[in-house]
Amino acid sequence: MNFEYALLIPEFILAGAAAVVLLVEAFRRDLNVSRRLIPAIAALGALAAGIASLFYADRSTDFAGLIGVDDYTLFFRVLFTVTVLVVILGSLEFVERNIRHQGEFYALLLVSTIGAIYMAGARELLTAYISIELLSFSLYVAVSLAKDDRRSGEAGLKYVLLGGVASAMLLYGLSLIYGAAGTTSYEGIAAALGDNAVQGSPVLLLGLAFLVGGLGFKASAVPFHMWTPDAYEGAPLPVTAYIAATSKAATFALLLRLFGTGLLPVQDDWQWMLATLSVATMVTGNLIALVQTNIKRLLAYSSIGQVGFMLMAVTTVSDASSSALLLHLAGYLVTNLAVFIAVIAVYNRIGSERIEDFRGLAETQPYLALVITTGLFSLSGMPLLAGFVTKFFIFQAAAEEGFLWLSGVAVIMSTVSLYYYLKVIRMMYVVAPAEGAEGRWRPSLIAYGVTGVLFIGIFVVGLWAAPVLEVADDASAVLFG
Amino acid sequence: MTTSEGYLLLALPLIPLGSAILLMLIPSGERNAIKAVTGLASLAMFIISVYVFFAFDYRGDQFQGVIDWPWLQNAGFLGKDGIQLKVGLDGIAAPMVLLTGIVILSGTWVSWKIENRLKDFFVLLFVLVAGVYGTFVALDLFFWFLLYETAVLPMYLLIAVWGSGRREYGAMKLMMMLVAASILIFVAIFGIFTEAGLGTFDMPALFDAEYGRNFQLVMFPLVALGCGTLAGIFPFHPWSPDGHAAAPTAVSMLHAGVLMKLGAFGIIRLGFQMLPEGAEFWAPALLTLGIIGALYGAVGALRQTDFKLMTGFSSVSHMGYVFVGLGTLNLIGMSGAVLQMFAHGVMTALFFLLIGALYDQSHDREFNHYSGMARRMPIWAVFFVIAGLASFGLPGLSGFIAELHIFIGAFRAYPLVGALAVLTAAITATYLLRMFAQTFFGEPSPRWSSVGEISWTERAGATVLAISIFALGLWPSPWIDRVAAGLEAGIPEVLL
Repeated sequence: MNFEYALLIPEFILAGAAAVVLLVEAFRRDLNVSRRLIPAIAALGALAAGIASLFYADRSTDFAGLIGVDDYTLFFRVLFTVTVLVVILGSLEFVERNIRHQGEFYALLLVSTIGAIYMAGARELLTAYISIELLSFSLYVAVSLAKDDRRSGEAGLKYVLLGGVASAMLLYGLSLIYGAAGTTSYEGIAAALGDNAVQGSPVLLLGLAFLVGGLGFKASAVPFHMWTPDAYEGAPLPVTAYIAATSKAATFALLLRLFGTGLLPVQDDWQWMLATLSVATMVTGNLIALVQTNIKRLLAYSSIGQVGFMLMAVTTVSDASSSALLLHLAGYLVTNLAVFIAVIAVYNRIGSERIEDFRGLAETQPYLALVITTGLFSLSGMPLLAGFVTKFFIFQAAAEEGFLWLSGVAVIMSTVSLYYYLKVIRMMYVVAPAEGAEGRWRPSLIAYGVTGVLFIGIFVVGLWAAPVLEVADDASAVLFG
Repeated sequence: MTTSEGYLLLALPLIPLGSAILLMLIPSGERNAIKAVTGLASLAMFIISVYVFFAFDYRGDQFQGVIDWPWLQNAGFLGKDGIQLKVGLDGIAAPMVLLTGIVILSGTWVSWKIENRLKDFFVLLFVLVAGVYGTFVALDLFFWFLLYETAVLPMYLLIAVWGSGRREYGAMKLMMMLVAASILIFVAIFGIFTEAGLGTFDMPALFDAEYGRNFQLVMFPLVALGCGTLAGIFPFHPWSPDGHAAAPTAVSMLHAGVLMKLGAFGIIRLGFQMLPEGAEFWAPALLTLGIIGALYGAVGALRQTDFKLMTGFSSVSHMGYVFVGLGTLNLIGMSGAVLQMFAHGVMTALFFLLIGALYDQSHDREFNHYSGMARRMPIWAVFFVIAGLASFGLPGLSGFIAELHIFIGAFRAYPLVGALAVLTAAITATYLLRMFAQTFFGEPSPRWSSVGEISWTERAGATVLAISIFALGLWPSPWIDRVAAGLEAGIPEVLL
């Protein structure tokens, strides 16, 4: 047992930044500082944490088996700090206009990022659980922070109630697994479950079922997805973006480490559960997305569909599919954030979330239309873009593990998704702007910058995935080494 | 062809891609700059295409000008040389590269008159061309498929924004059918990679890999229907008439002229070259669908009175010949199929160019509304007749060479199919002559008194295409030599 707390410096930075943000907010009037100081501190904190995390990866410190600060954690540390940075920068203008308690908003984002990172780093069930709750509680509050929007409070309430039920399920599942294995550490569980006597036992199966249900809720897998569209719709746009990105990716980081190490010996007992969940999720999410008229709900259902693809990679968990999943998550985050930040920039101007109101965007703001189009094409897996490569890898990895049929379903659903993305693209490019719409307008400089970087990122992952895949390979080597 | 000439092959997809990026940086109002960039780029593509076609030595190696760089390897499920950026040319791809160069050159010229968002049009068109070129020269299955899909990607916007008539319907139908067909190819590629178990997407390695017989029997139909849809195979052709009718001129030219050939090319590459036993088993089915498609397309064209719909059905019919040729499983028939891909490409591009030239002036595609156009537009009519005669296979023109090969091959394999193929040619002559008689002759209708001769850019584009039609018709040996060499080296012995 050894503890080297220096390894946790990135999280200390995040927590410190969150505390400073709260203090500045509380004394802002007395200190007489600019409003922009708060987001600036938050952004700097995220940036510093991201840079610091590059220096701290060490497999020799085990923190009593609670947290692993290894390449896998490092991968997600970078991913999540970058995500929070992008969300902070991309939503400056939005937050000033539409969010109550700005200080709390930024502090919650930073704190939840800590939760997300430890979800990836946890090597023990209770640590994992606490990390999940840290993330979830921050988000419950963040969802209801919208000014003058009653849907926001409703969404927050729904999210917290359903989230509570899911947490209970998860906790019950964890306790049953503890009962079967006699330990909460992933390594210990793997060792204990390697024993044939436990495999296939009712206790274990029930535990797994509750576990899958609880985590399925967090990942918004069908049939545990009910909260997603409402929370997405009610939450302020940046929070929606953040849930779609970090919360989702963190859940998969946890799933992958748990199922790829601790529960790997009983793969036969859970594989069918996840396969079923994966098919149900990708089919339902993509089909319901077909009829949405609100861009947030559309993205909510499309993200449910995406979860189906990711679940597929956990189902067929192996060295190859784990690298593929990490690559996919990186590509998905970049793409999804590009779409969301661009949508936020459009919302700041037109003040509407209806897809109909995006009509003629290619005339009035061709740049944002291009970014959204590229992002949507990437989400549907079109070539030259991130989505094509990353999905290709996930599907191929599943085929390698003998799940060619699952890959087939996934490709079909990917094609269905193209249809509803095309509806948005059609609105922007084919339909003329509304009567009396203003001429060309320009988004803020920072929106240009953030979306520009993400836009290029979509192509970089799509055309030159090698560096990302190599890092992902190193990260998954930690699990499968 | 030397290895260093491989860089020219790599340049083929990179020139349009680079030009597309360059175009994005030019302000939309600078029409002359846009014309200059696109004109130079298409000329460069044309020159390189012609050069590599003739530089390809049909007595040399199967793949020439092969160069590669590792892109991803030893990661995940990828072994050594997992995915490479690898290009090379063989005798089957050589005429396709030439075809693309010819069609994009004339297609660029006739697109300059587009008023609405000219820049965006060319950005998308050049992305499409990059995909087409890339598919023909790629020797890595991952990139092959990536570029194949890239060629389909811009179609929706190209048709929906710049098309005419039922453009949104046509665009959505085309896009969804083609992407849905790609599902089958996706699955086939996953299967092939896994079954080969080499950990590489290198195509020459995958051609030589061993695949189980049952695996091949299952996978070949996926490839044949997946790629076949893009080639307009019956009964998955309905996107073609609607899509082509709605598309703007240059897009119809490229789509019917080149993109449909990607499908047939895919069947040869993935189907015949990788899964020969599957191909052998399913060849009669392919041939049957081909002859049905040929007849159906011809009869369908007979019933149309819309220029573009008629040409769209005619494309389905002519692509049917390609499947007949492939299904004969003899060298002459298969050579005919590849030659037909080229012949139909230049011929149908000329058709669409001329129809577009008329439509832009008259905004009417019903040919019953026209008469005596030969007097108003004599040059237009001459070009139209050249395309028409090539279409039903007049000796001395490209169609004859291709169809003759297919007919001989078909008579050798299945005499009945050969007879039906000849019948199709007769129907083709009927619908074309009927249209000619209606449109060209008789008293010029006063309604079209404002319609004048086609413009200089259109004449130039039509000339390039017409010269290609004559070239293949009168001096076919460069084509035949390369295609035969490519097939002999590329198609496994079991098949021939």
